[in-house]
Amino acid sequence: MRLVILEDYALASEWAAKYIRNRIIQFRPNSDKYFTLGLPTGSTPLGCYKKLIEYHKNGDLSFKYVKTFNMDEYVGLPRDHPESYHSYMWNNFFKHIDINPANAHILDGNSHDLQAECDAFEEKISKAGGIDLFVGGIGPDGHIAFNEPGSSLVSRTRVKTLAKDTIVANARFFGNDLTKVPTMALTVGVGTVMDAREVMILITGAHKAFALYKAIEEGVNHMWTVSAFQQHPHTIFVCDEDATLELRVKTVKYFKGLMHVHNRLVDPLYSMKDYKN
Amino acid sequence: MPSNKSVSDAPITQFVNCRILKDHQLQREDLWVREGKILNPEKLFFDEEGSADAQVDCHDSIIAPGFIDVQINGEAEPCSGTLHSVIPLFTLIANPSGPHFKDCSDEILCIVLWGGSESIRNWGVSLQQPDVGGFGGDRRPTSLALVGESPAENPPGAIVQRLNSPGSPLRGHSVANLSQAEEAVREGATFITHLFNAMLPFHHRDPGIVGLLTSDRVPTGRTVFYGMIADGIHTNPAALRIAHRAHPAGLVLVTDAITAMGLPPGRHTLGQQVIEIEGLNAYVAGTKTLSGSIATMDMCVRHFLQASGCTVEAALEAASLHPAQLLGISQQKGTLDYGADADFVLLDDSLDVKATYIAGEQVWEK
Repeated sequence: MRLVILEDYALASEWAAKYIRNRIIQFRPNSDKYFTLGLPTGSTPLGCYKKLIEYHKNGDLSFKYVKTFNMDEYVGLPRDHPESYHSYMWNNFFKHIDINPANAHILDGNSHDLQAECDAFEEKISKAGGIDLFVGGIGPDGHIAFNEPGSSLVSRTRVKTLAKDTIVANARFFGNDLTKVPTMALTVGVGTVMDAREVMILITGAHKAFALYKAIEEGVNHMWTVSAFQQHPHTIFVCDEDATLELRVKTVKYFKGLMHVHNRLVDPLYSMKDYKN
Repeated sequence: MPSNKSVSDAPITQFVNCRILKDHQLQREDLWVREGKILNPEKLFFDEEGSADAQVDCHDSIIAPGFIDVQINGEAEPCSGTLHSVIPLFTLIANPSGPHFKDCSDEILCIVLWGGSESIRNWGVSLQQPDVGGFGGDRRPTSLALVGESPAENPPGAIVQRLNSPGSPLRGHSVANLSQAEEAVREGATFITHLFNAMLPFHHRDPGIVGLLTSDRVPTGRTVFYGMIADGIHTNPAALRIAHRAHPAGLVLVTDAITAMGLPPGRHTLGQQVIEIEGLNAYVAGTKTLSGSIATMDMCVRHFLQASGCTVEAALEAASLHPAQLLGISQQKGTLDYGADADFVLLDDSLDVKATYIAGEQVWEK
């Protein structure tokens, strides 16, 4: 794994956005070869999305030949509800960029056959040639997407009932009214994300520190599903200082010492303008 | 970008780099238009997997719903000065039996719909009776009629759609006291014609029609609207502020402009009247009696903003949303909500009008 530690949230978001930008541009996507990106929601990736939008508006990055697959969506929440993940992705990302709407895939939590919807999503990913880079976050209970503690580490896209921790964490988006928070969600499985060629996990804030510790300094454990990525050949954890508060000093020093290596991934920073002809 | 619009093939225009008046606030959002209506871009994206065909750069303009002037006077022709900001509504002065109204019954007092220049589509609703004076006169309109006039027709035909609207205007040019005014509201009156002008002045023991602004006898769920001619002449700014602060939700900016609007200073004959224009004042020739106003609606918006110290949003809504609410057409007009008619104006930060769009098409540009 690469553990990339930046000083604060803004710098971590920027590093992650630069990395995504470079990966897309160096891939040289075109109409025959799309770059497939897995995308998260929540408060952690907002800074990263803002930077990606900025790169797009500056003409440095285009999403014309990018296909996206979101990790999850609530069950039973109307698609135009302000807290649905469709609304989140539209307002925070899609409406600001040039992605083809037909290439932006999000699970439909109002489908009349939820498992069929999940199976179809797996099929779409497979048809797209698999995911090149899956970007994710981590829950305070160490979950990736909505793969709550106890989820199989080889699971696929399916319906999950949300754990209490998750519902409480989400209550702030529903006026702090626990009764309004959805209790079920459709989510990609741990196995689905493990199939991606590369995985990048964004973790910022002191409240995620314990989960990060469990995910990378303890064993692979289905109670902390992000730990599964210890067995993925290409995982990057991008965090801020606060997220490292529960790690051993030795771990942090080691990876901070590698920053000059990590920074070669984002410097030089490429631009679409370089490849205009 | 290839688009697959399953609902309609009509072109979609995206207005970018602008601030739009939505949900009572100026928001930095794009405005999407298709087939003359405001489009919901999120639905377009997810349901239709569609995208814009053309983008219009608004250069950081403010986009506000088109202004609606519910009190403006003209004879057979529109006032030239209104063209550039207003979805024109017109009243005919005192001639309901004239040739435009042969299909209307006596109940409907003044409706005009004018379809003068090429691409302008207008609604015409009148809320002011002719100057027959007195409250309780026998020419109270019992319904609002919208007359649509197709610009292509010549001579203009009239399409009368009667709305069974319970609202009938309160008659301005009235000497009613507060109880009489409250009675009228209970019976359905909804609008005070140019507050303060041509009515009994406010008195602390008998507030008259002005007292309607804070009356506790207005039925719940009803709003009494009142027109204000905010041209700096008809109403002292302090009076404007008093009315605004007492009842901000009911304030409707009107021009009560006459066809002299836009004409240069000097004497002019309009119909049967001879008027004299001096600066922003129009007098009955040879007197100091005001004869209508010649302020344009956007002038009134700017003056109202400056005189009342209200927010930009409030000033713009007084000229768009409130008149639309008064007329009961606020689903279609006076708003930039999804599904509403794409009638809007582009303004700069001083609220000068830069361009006017009706049904998504530009009809005027500075």
